[in-house]
Amino acid sequence: MLNEQGPQKARSVIDIRGLSLTFETNDGPVHALSNVDLDIREGEFVSFIGPSGCGKTTLLRVIADLEKPTGGEITVNGVTPEEARLARAYGYVFQSSALYPWRTIADNVALPLEIMGLSASERKERIARNLDLVNLGGFERKYPWQLSGGMQQRASIARALAVEPHLLLMDEPFGALDEIVRDHLNEQLLKLWAKTDKTVVFVTHSIPEAVFLSTKIVVLFPRPGRIYDVIESDLPRDRTLDIRETPEFLKIAHRVREGLRAGHSYEDS
Amino acid sequence: MTSASLTLSARGVAGTQRFLAYAITIAALFALPLASHADGPVVAGMSQLLLGAALLAGIGLLIGFGVQGGRLLDLMLLAVSGVTAILLLRFVAAYPGTVKGGFWALVVALWLSSWLFVERLSAWDVTDRAAKRAIGLAIPLLFGVWVLVLWELLVTGFGVPKILLPAPSDIGLRFASSIPTLWADFRQTFLKAVLIGYAIGCGAGFVTAILVDKVDFLRRGLLPIGNLVSALPIIGIAPIMVMWFGFDWPSKAAVVIIMTFFPMLVNTVTGLASADRIQHDLMRTYAANYWQTLVKMRLPMALPFIFNALKINSTLALIGAIVAEFFGTPIVGMGFRISTEVGRLNVDMVWAEIAVAALAGSAFYGLVTLLERVFTFWHPSVRG
Repeated sequence: MLNEQGPQKARSVIDIRGLSLTFETNDGPVHALSNVDLDIREGEFVSFIGPSGCGKTTLLRVIADLEKPTGGEITVNGVTPEEARLARAYGYVFQSSALYPWRTIADNVALPLEIMGLSASERKERIARNLDLVNLGGFERKYPWQLSGGMQQRASIARALAVEPHLLLMDEPFGALDEIVRDHLNEQLLKLWAKTDKTVVFVTHSIPEAVFLSTKIVVLFPRPGRIYDVIESDLPRDRTLDIRETPEFLKIAHRVREGLRAGHSYEDS
Repeated sequence: MTSASLTLSARGVAGTQRFLAYAITIAALFALPLASHADGPVVAGMSQLLLGAALLAGIGLLIGFGVQGGRLLDLMLLAVSGVTAILLLRFVAAYPGTVKGGFWALVVALWLSSWLFVERLSAWDVTDRAAKRAIGLAIPLLFGVWVLVLWELLVTGFGVPKILLPAPSDIGLRFASSIPTLWADFRQTFLKAVLIGYAIGCGAGFVTAILVDKVDFLRRGLLPIGNLVSALPIIGIAPIMVMWFGFDWPSKAAVVIIMTFFPMLVNTVTGLASADRIQHDLMRTYAANYWQTLVKMRLPMALPFIFNALKINSTLALIGAIVAEFFGTPIVGMGFRISTEVGRLNVDMVWAEIAVAALAGSAFYGLVTLLERVFTFWHPSVRG
């Protein structure tokens, strides 16, 4: 029950104030993000949820310095996103695993470590540790195309963790997987988060996934993309899948659904 | 009757129809003369008897298939076909240009039995990997042998003048007796002009592609010029290269460089652009620099495209070097030999050079393909 001790006491990892991002397209400007304020503190598990086009992925990409905002302020670990990226302050997990088919699983995990210029022994140690963390020990010599989709995505999580960042950014990492595998990976992800005490920012469009994983749920609205609701979850930190049947869980899920519905009715009108 | 058996066999992929075709062919064997001299009498003798016996054995085997098939019977069919082929070849050598309908009926029978054998062979249910590979090799090999046999039978049987099309045996004899000349030509054209031109052309195309990819104004300026150069006719370029670089192999290598440069450039540029956005984003999140991104991600991703260019260029290079030699060369080289021997009506020598070119070209292409399989084992088209 860490968050009952008060998240206010924890250090701010991501601080966003009045952030906006406008894409110039041939059809005129598209307001992907408009006047977004958000504070994410150390150790939190924050989910961005919303209908497609609400800017949840764009917001994550701004944090990762994969997009440049056109207005407002954002700091990651107290510095600009670019400085944070160059300092390799975060690990990013994409919608697809993006593993290289010519590298074995171990060599794929080694990729960022090679770029960072780590020694061979250090690389070896980190590969073993992080593959164990995602339960892929014993698959070091396999190629990605020899593994299932769920295992590939776990390998890509191990690759992000191998950088040993305090911040983990995940963009619908389990979106392409079936429900059973997704449940299983969600449980594993929670355990991993408890074990490593990282800050996680997680993009999803699944309400149960967001409520099950998060300590804080951010509901976004489309056109222009903006924050509609921020829900602090009072569920205990060590959760199992059974928690999804409890009234507390359903109450939070209901509030998230209400928010999403409001966003959709806006879209339909 | 021969034509009747032909139509039947063409339609009759099913076994019974082929048996019928066999029967008609055998009837033709006894009804028609095998060959005739100018003054008329039918030529008969040992070879005809042997042919008949061999074929009868074949029919016996086919009937055996109807009862129960087996690999031993298949192999016996192959042996009978082989003996028949040899007998037919010897027969036609004895009576060139004078063979008659019965002979051609036997050729049809041989064709049918070879067809049947290949069909049986591909139906063999083997689990051993080596055996599978051997069968995979045997089928095209048998096909190649059959094409050569048919070529020999047709050319000799119809008495086609050597100047139009020599028989494979003539080409083979000429090949065997001219090995020193052929080797000298091969060394001049292939080992010097082709290989050196290929290496420089592909290498330059690759390096240029990296530059074009990195520097945008080169992409806009150099790619259209490269396109223009690739459209230049080799017939026009070759004499100019001879004037620039002299009669010996460097001018041919220059033609090869021009021909191979552009396919490599275009393919590599496309390959370097083949990485999708997520791959680029991934390298960006690692704060990877340009060279790290190039070496660790974009070049491996471009490899299938690069090998595509290497394969295309392996055949282009040989064509370029041979044609370039038509425009002035020292008195050695495959293109030189072809152009002069055609003038002297030594068509068998021309064919011997063509055989060398075909062998060298196939071996070169095969080697590049083998390397491709080693380096792009991970690509869906290779890993199967």
